[in-house]
Amino acid sequence: MLKCENVVKKYMLTTAVDDISLNLEPGKIYALLGPNGSGKTTLMKMIAGLVKPTSGSITYKGQDIGVFSKSEIAYMPTESYFYSYMSCEDIGKYYSDFFSDFSLDKYNMLLENMELNPKAKASKLSSGMMAKLKLAANLSRDAKLTMLDEPLNGIDIIARDTVINTIIDNFSPEKTFVLSSHLVDELERIIDSAIFIKNGKYVLSGSAEELRQEHGKSIVDLYKDIYGGASYAKVN
Amino acid sequence: MEFKSNIPIYIQVVDDIKKQIANGILKPGDKLLSTRELATHYTINPNTSMRVYSELEAEGITFTRRGLGTFVSEDINLVKRLKDEMAETLIQGFIEEFKAIGYTKEEIIDFIQEKY
Repeated sequence: MLKCENVVKKYMLTTAVDDISLNLEPGKIYALLGPNGSGKTTLMKMIAGLVKPTSGSITYKGQDIGVFSKSEIAYMPTESYFYSYMSCEDIGKYYSDFFSDFSLDKYNMLLENMELNPKAKASKLSSGMMAKLKLAANLSRDAKLTMLDEPLNGIDIIARDTVINTIIDNFSPEKTFVLSSHLVDELERIIDSAIFIKNGKYVLSGSAEELRQEHGKSIVDLYKDIYGGASYAKVN
Repeated sequence: MEFKSNIPIYIQVVDDIKKQIANGILKPGDKLLSTRELATHYTINPNTSMRVYSELEAEGITFTRRGLGTFVSEDINLVKRLKDEMAETLIQGFIEEFKAIGYTKEEIIDFIQEKY
């Protein structure tokens, strides 16, 4: 469904993404794993069409990234990107004008589940509330490919359950989810496949169950092996 | 439910469902959760819950009625079979561990009689 071939992204002297090739299939939930600065966000931004690769190609259903891919791909960045004068309610209307796959009913239900006040202004939200608002907006889309950058960062455990259950609910055999995280344990039980990247380079990928069996350890322990105990403890 | 990291998740869910049939929470002929509901209930991947049902069906523990869902087998020997199967696994570990700390067969039997 989504193909990355030898994708490279350079920023001046840094190479954020270094020769990554991936093939994402429909009907799967992927974890994109790696410590901070490993290139997860840059890779997702390129798939979302917000950043252009320096070299290599990305195609979605055989087409280049563009209007069509953007209509079917939802991308939730880590930073807050809403107009600060808008209320949660306004953001719902804004989204339903923008995306034909957006469900206002679902959005309102998610706001309620995550205890967000529809009248609250984006500028007045705490960082945790903002994280929940971004999730509500993106999970209310019926996108074919949903990429969530650090979806569980900074939200309380009750909201985590809501998010995970919404992902399971939205999931169907023609949809794909990509969840980036450095908090692997929270994701381990709901993912099909894991993709490990390090310093912009592809390290390892495969079905979560097979990786567990092949290496005789959980994805969390595998993560610690790949990135080293120290860097695991250091990340946020 | 907490999952152990060294056993595939689908097997752990299969075992949990077997246990519920053995102790009577689930009865022969009962309808099971849909794959999606199962995924939400255990917080597992929906593909994993599909695998759970295909495993249970392959073992003859459940059957599918097209369009209606998955049901616990109505085989009257099922509960007994599952209990025996689980007891077998438990007793093996139990005997091994007692042997490891130096108990004889008679001592184990006495110990059980005293404690049960």
